[in-house]
Amino acid sequence: MGSIRLESVRKVFGDAEVIPGVDLKINDGEFIVFVGPSGCGKSTLLRLIAGLEDLTGGKVLIDDKDVTGNAPAKRRLAMVFQSYALYPHMSVFNNIAFPLKMAEMEKTAIDKKVRDAADTLNLTDYLHRKPGQLSGGQRQRVAIGRAIVREPVAFLFDEPLSNLDAALRVNMRHEISQLHHQLNTTMIYVTHDQVEAMTLADRIVVLNEGRVEQFGSPLQLYQKPSNRFVAGFIGSPMMNFIEGPTAAEHDAHTIGVRPEHIIVSKKKGTWSGVVTIAEHLGADTFLRVECGAIGTITARASGEFTVGYGDTVFLTPDSKKTYRFDKNGRTIGHRPQQADTTGNQKTP
Amino acid sequence: MARAMGLRRRIGFTFLAWGIGLIVFFPIFWMLLTSFKTEGDAIASPPLLFYAATIENYLEVLARSNYFKHFMNSVIIAGGSTILALIVAIPAAWSMAFSPTKQTKNILMWMLSTKMLPPVGVLVPIYLLFLQWGLLDTKFGLTIILMLINLPIVIWMLYTYFKEIPGEILEASRMDGAVLWKEIIYVLLPMAVPGIASTMLLNVILAWNEAFWTLNLTAANAAPLTAFIAAFSSPEGLFWAKLSAASTMAIAPILILGWFSQRQLVRGLTFGAVK
Ligand SMILES: Nc1ncnc2c1ncn2[C@@H]1O[C@H](COP(=O)(O)OP(=O)(O)OP(=O)(O)O)[C@@H](O)[C@H]1O
Ligand SMILES: [Mg+2]
Repeated sequence: MGSIRLESVRKVFGDAEVIPGVDLKINDGEFIVFVGPSGCGKSTLLRLIAGLEDLTGGKVLIDDKDVTGNAPAKRRLAMVFQSYALYPHMSVFNNIAFPLKMAEMEKTAIDKKVRDAADTLNLTDYLHRKPGQLSGGQRQRVAIGRAIVREPVAFLFDEPLSNLDAALRVNMRHEISQLHHQLNTTMIYVTHDQVEAMTLADRIVVLNEGRVEQFGSPLQLYQKPSNRFVAGFIGSPMMNFIEGPTAAEHDAHTIGVRPEHIIVSKKKGTWSGVVTIAEHLGADTFLRVECGAIGTITARASGEFTVGYGDTVFLTPDSKKTYRFDKNGRTIGHRPQQADTTGNQKTP
Repeated sequence: MARAMGLRRRIGFTFLAWGIGLIVFFPIFWMLLTSFKTEGDAIASPPLLFYAATIENYLEVLARSNYFKHFMNSVIIAGGSTILALIVAIPAAWSMAFSPTKQTKNILMWMLSTKMLPPVGVLVPIYLLFLQWGLLDTKFGLTIILMLINLPIVIWMLYTYFKEIPGEILEASRMDGAVLWKEIIYVLLPMAVPGIASTMLLNVILAWNEAFWTLNLTAANAAPLTAFIAAFSSPEGLFWAKLSAASTMAIAPILILGWFSQRQLVRGLTFGAVK
C-alpha cells in the first residue's frame, strides 16, 4: 500500500529536456525528500508522479500498477501545494470535506471525518471560516487536513512550509514528522531547505538538472557523498573545495573538507589565514578565513571562539574526513556510490 | 494614482472627463427632451429648450404598436444568446486558459479577427441559409446569430478572467478526485462569478443594441426593440417626437440595467484590469 516506482521517467517541455530519465523505487511508508537547486526539476518530478503533467517517456507505478495514463483523481494520491491552493469560496469545513464529497461519501461519515481531522489539526474553532480569514499556518493545516481525510496511498508535498516564518516552520515540520509516524503512509516532500531534508527524510533524493545525483539516507549522503555536487549540496555551511597543488598532494583533482571538520587554533595548524568574517552565534563560531593560495575557507569552531576581523588563525583539516574528487567530480577513495535505485537501504 | 497627480492636472482631468461625458450623453438627453415635445415643437428652429411637456407621443407609440411583444423579444434574444454563448465559451475559455497549446494564442487572435469582418459581407449567405432552414423572422434564428456574433468577445473576456485564477487550485481539485465537469462546476465557476457576471452583462447589452442582423433577419414576428424603433423611422421619418419616444422606450431598460451594474460593467469593459 503505497510503494511508488519510476521507470526511465522523462519530461520535455517544448525543446527543454527537464527530466532526462529518472529511475526511483520508493518503499511503502517511507518519507522521501527531493532536494536540489532551484529549477532542477523537483516540482516537475512530483507533478509527474501526481499525474498533473503528462510523461514524455517512461512509466509511473503505484503499488506495482502502471498508472502512467491515469488521471490524478484516479491515483489515490494527495498533494499539498506551496500556495496551499485552498478553495477560496468554501469554508474550512467544505475545503476539508471536498475530496470526500468527490468520492460521494455519505454525509454523516463526511461530517465525522472532517471533525476528526479538524480535531487533530487544531482547526475545530475555524471550521466555518473562509480561507481568507486564516493565518498562513492555519491555511497550511487546512491543506494538510484536506489531504489526510481521504486516506491516500501517498502524500506529495511541494515546499509546503516555504511561505511560513522561521518559528512556525519548525513547528509545522515537527507536526508533519509526527503525522508521518501516526499514519505510516508514504510521503514525498520537495524542499530546498537542508534542515527539513535532513531531519524529515528516511531517504533523500538529490536532484541536479533533472538527474538523480544520489539517493540514500541523510547520513549516507553526509558521510559518503558520491560526488562533488552532493558533497557541496548536503551540509551547512557548505563543504570547502580546494583545487591545485594542495589537492594534488592528496592524489586528487579537488579535495573537500566540511567546516565542522576543521580544527581552528590561534597558535598553530596546517594552513594559516586572515579572518574576513566572524559570526558568533554563541553555540558555534563560523569563520571565513582567507588562506592565500588555498583560497577562502569556512570553518566552524564549537562554542565561542574569540577572534575578529583581520586576526590571523590556523586551520587543520581532519585528514580522516577529507574527501577526494576526480576531475569529473566523482568521489575517489571510498567505493563511489552511484544513485541507489534498488530501494535497499545501505547502511554506511 | 490620483494622489500622486498635481491639483491642476486633477482639475484638468475632471473637466475633460465631464466634458466628454456630457458630449456623449447629449444626444440621449436631446432625445429624451424631444420625446416630450409636440411634433410642432420638435421641429421648431431654433430648437426649444423650454416647452409644455406632453406624454402624447408615448401614448401614441404604445397605441400603434405592440411594445411589450418587442420588449419580450429583446429579452429572449439577448438573454438566450448570452446563455448559449456562455455554455459554449466557458469550456472553450477553460481549455485555453488552463491547458494552452502552441496554437492557443493564434486561435484567440483568429476568433477576434472574425469581428473585423464587415457583417454585410456575410449577410447574403446567412440570409439564404436562414431562408432555406426557415429561420427567418424567428427568435431562435436570431438568438443563434447573435450568440455567434458575440462569441469571440465572450470567449476573450472569460479567457482573461480565467487566467487570473491560480491554476494550482484547479490542480488541487483534480488531486482531490474531481472529474472535469465537477472541477468546472464546483471550483472554477464559483471563483469566476464576478468575471462571468461582467461578461453576461456586456453581452446582454451588445445583443440588446444589435441592429444590423435584427433588422435584416426579422419582420413582424421576432422583431426586437431595435426593429421596433426602425419601424417608426422609415415610414414616418419626419415625426421626430414619436421616434424619440419609441427610442427612449427601447433603450430605457438597458440603460437602467447598466446604471445599476456600473461597477461590473467597468470591470467587464476593461477586461478585468480594474480590481
Ligand atoms: N510548464 C512548463 N513549461 C516549460 N518549462 C517548464 C514548465 N514547468 C517547469 N519548467 C521548467 O522546468 C525546469 C524545472 O522546473 P521545476 O519547477 O520542476 O523546478 P524546481 O526544482 O521545482 O525549482 P524550484 O526549487 O525553484 O521550485 C525549469 O527550468 C522550468 O523552467
Ligand atoms: Mg518547485
